[in-house]
Parts: sequence; structure tokens; C-alpha cells
Amino acid sequence: MYCLSDYNFAKGDNMPNEKKNKQQDNKEKMQQQKYQSKVDNVTPKPPLLKNLCWAFIVGGLICSLGQFVTDYFSGLGLAKKEASACATAVLVFLGAFFTGIGVYDDLGKRAGAGSIVPITGFANSIVAPAMEFKREGYVFGVGAKMFVIAGPVLVYGMVTAFIIGLIYWVRQ
Amino acid sequence: MNKKQGMQSVVFTNPPIITSTANIVGPMEGKGLLQGYFDYIMPDNLNGLASWEQCESYLMEYAIKRAIEKENSTMEEVDCVFAGDLLNQLMSTHFAMKNLKRPFLGLYGACSTMVEGMLLSAILLDGGFFNKIVAAASSHHDAAERQYRFPNEMGVQRPPGAQWTVTGSGAVVISKTGSGPRITTGTIGKIVDYGIKDPNAMGPAMAPAAVDTIWQHLQDIGRTPAYYDMIFTGDLGSVGRDLVIQLLQEKGLDISTNYQDCGCMVYKENQDAHAGASGCASSAIVLCGYIYKKILQDKLKKILFLGTGSLHSTTSYQQKESIPCIAHAVSIEMP
Repeated sequence: MYCLSDYNFAKGDNMPNEKKNKQQDNKEKMQQQKYQSKVDNVTPKPPLLKNLCWAFIVGGLICSLGQFVTDYFSGLGLAKKEASACATAVLVFLGAFFTGIGVYDDLGKRAGAGSIVPITGFANSIVAPAMEFKREGYVFGVGAKMFVIAGPVLVYGMVTAFIIGLIYWVRQ
Repeated sequence: MNKKQGMQSVVFTNPPIITSTANIVGPMEGKGLLQGYFDYIMPDNLNGLASWEQCESYLMEYAIKRAIEKENSTMEEVDCVFAGDLLNQLMSTHFAMKNLKRPFLGLYGACSTMVEGMLLSAILLDGGFFNKIVAAASSHHDAAERQYRFPNEMGVQRPPGAQWTVTGSGAVVISKTGSGPRITTGTIGKIVDYGIKDPNAMGPAMAPAAVDTIWQHLQDIGRTPAYYDMIFTGDLGSVGRDLVIQLLQEKGLDISTNYQDCGCMVYKENQDAHAGASGCASSAIVLCGYIYKKILQDKLKKILFLGTGSLHSTTSYQQKESIPCIAHAVSIEMP
């Protein structure tokens, strides 16, 4: 970002000075790096082991639940693909439901990636903004803001699917 | 007569008097370390209103009205109000001011707003322009969170260095005459940016600004840290506080015995606020409750009070800019 000191007023030149003082720039960078290392020294580190365990257990439980539901639907006589689609719907419903009653964020606070990565986390990331922006109305609030977090996942998911599809098509 | 002293400071010849203060907080702050120092604790973060933003307007309106009521004045006696909050275009402040119908100047100094308002009030009072000014600031955890970070129901994990935005508001009535502690000097801060980009590390981002202003204040006024019974900063949290002590030590000043940060005084360890409190209300509720009472009880006689603001926006942070920070200071002394 440029600032006024980059202008060379003495020469009556109103354009940003192209030959910015490199020495000063380096000095500033050095100072910033020195400060950053000081900050790193005093900033508390996240409890990695505890977080990993929580993520593993909660993530594992959600996935086990998914497997359990899939097996249940298979037991009812659905084909494998249909059973897993049904299980996905159930998990998305549960994720949305527990977000709605205000429990999912408490879970996420401890479980981290354990509750973000499974599809329940995806449901959470859609329902949370939808709830929050209800006050702004159903069109510009709920409708527009619903995908504010999940949108990028969808966009890049589709882009990746397109690229993979292209590779598949060329190889055939 | 020129009242400016040194590079950035002013010394008041007729020190304005803080005649009354009031504060209001949300339920989490009410259960924190300073319970018993609040005028009103809301039962929940909406207080029966339709949105968090409306609730924040209510907070500010309550704090100002209560502060005026406490000193048996009327709103009509207030010549001017300086106020601000964290939301875009000062949303909650403007709606609060709509109801109060007093001359008003809006301020945005992020979390330094309270001290910025006090400083300007003191200057206008000492200059003989007005007789009574109210300075106020507010913040609301949920409203700020949804503007600056993620929706509140999102299951995200906050890093241990993150701070918790205070839900609350504080208002200070500053008068030309009356009894109470006086604002004797003030130091206007300049923007300091040490290149911190992480919006979860606001304490570390603001610490150099606080250090710069403390140092400049002592230079300008010609005092040592020991002159003050206590030096308070607004909302640096535990990480920022440690950095301030360390940075000033490198400059040869020891403030480890008479320095505390308001952000470390709001929540208990088990309230899961991580590195402490932040937001405009962090400094406002501590000053308007705990500190003001301690001064009136003569437990504190001379304090230096700093408001620290990190002036980033969601746009600046998404465009990968660093966080520009500022700190303003006022010295408050009991005669």
C-alpha cells in the first residue's frame, strides 16, 4: 500500500515516487519480522494434541453415524448408491437441525475440523448465515447470504469436477 | 495561550471534571470478573429487541441516559455528545442518537473511540465552548462478530490468542464545574503499523501503538511511569499486555507493577474468552464502572487511561493489508 511519504513533493512531482527508497523499505521489513517473532513468542499455541483427539473422536463419530444410517437403509433393501444418498440427506438434516437449536457451534468450538469436514459441517455453514441474515429479509438476507461461506466450496467443487471430466473425456 | 505540550499532547489549564459515568453489559460480562460494577446486566444479548444492532443502540442510549440521571442533570443540559461503535457507518450510535435528540458528533476510532471522545470533550470544555459533554462508546459481540468474522452459529474454532468482543456500553459525563476526578492532560496518538495482518491477533497489532503513545505522553508531559498509580490500556488482552511491557522494557521503562489492560479485567478464565476482551465497550465498561468507583473511593488517585483501536475493515483484511492501529491517552487525576 502506498502512503503520502511515497510522493515526491520536493520536486513538485505529484506521481508516486517510482524509485522508492529500498533501504528504508528493507529496514521496515526487518523491523516487522523482528516484531512478528516477538509476537510468536508470547502468543499461546493451540493445544494440538487435545484438538487432534477431539477432531478424531467427533469426526469419527459423525462418520460412524453416517455408516450406521447407510447400513440401515441398505437393510431396508435400497441399492448402495441410493442408501448413501439417503444417509447424506439424513446427515445434512441433522447438521442443519443442531445448528438451528444452537448446539453445532458449541461442538465446533471443541471439535474443529472434526465437525467442519463431514457433510454436517457443510450444512452448518449454510444454515448459520441463513439464520443470521433473516433480519435482512428473505431475498437479500437469507437468499443472498446463505451461500456466503459454502459458495466457494460449490464454485471450486464444480470447477474441479469440470476439469476432471475434461481429462476423462480426452483420455477416452 | 498555547495548551499544546511536546509533540502530541495537551495540558488543560481548567481541567474538565468527570462528573458521572454509567455502564450496561450483556449476560456474559455480568458473570465475569467485574460483577458488581455494572449499572445494568441484560438477561440476554437481544434484550427483547428484534436485532443485535437494535440491542446495541439500546445499550448506548441506556448508558447515556443513566449517566445523566445519576448526576441529577437533564438531557437538555448536555451541549454535545461524542459517540461511536464498531459497526459500519456507526449504525447503532446513529439510531441511539436519533432518540436522544442532542447535538452529536460521531466518531470512529474502533476500540479507541471512548478515549477519543473524552479527549475531544476535554479540549472543547477547557476551551470554553461548552459546559457539559457526554462521551460514549458501545460494542455488541454478535453484531461485531457477524460483520467482521463469521456468523455466530458457525462451528469454527477460535485460536487461543483471539479475543472476545464485549457486549456493552459506557458513557462518561464531562463537565466544566462539579466534583469528581479531572482530566488533566491528553495525548493524541498516531497510526502505528508493525505489519500484523491476522485479524485474530489484534492485541499484538495494537501493542506498538499503545507503546508509542505511552512513550510520547511521558516525553511530552515530562513524567515517569511511577507518577501514575495505574496505567490502563483498552483492549490488548493478555498477549498484547505482555508485549507492551516487553516493548517498553526495551525502551528502558518498567511498567510491570502499575500497568493493567482492561481486556484482561472483564472475563474469568473459565468463560472461554481466550486472550481477553476487546471492542469499544471493553475500555468503556471498565472505566465507567470499576475504575471510576476506585477513583471516587480514593483507591486510585492518578491514572493514565489509553484507548487502543485496530482500524482494519473487512475489505482491508480481505485485500491482505496490514492492520493500522492507534492509541489515545488521557490522564485522570483526583484533586
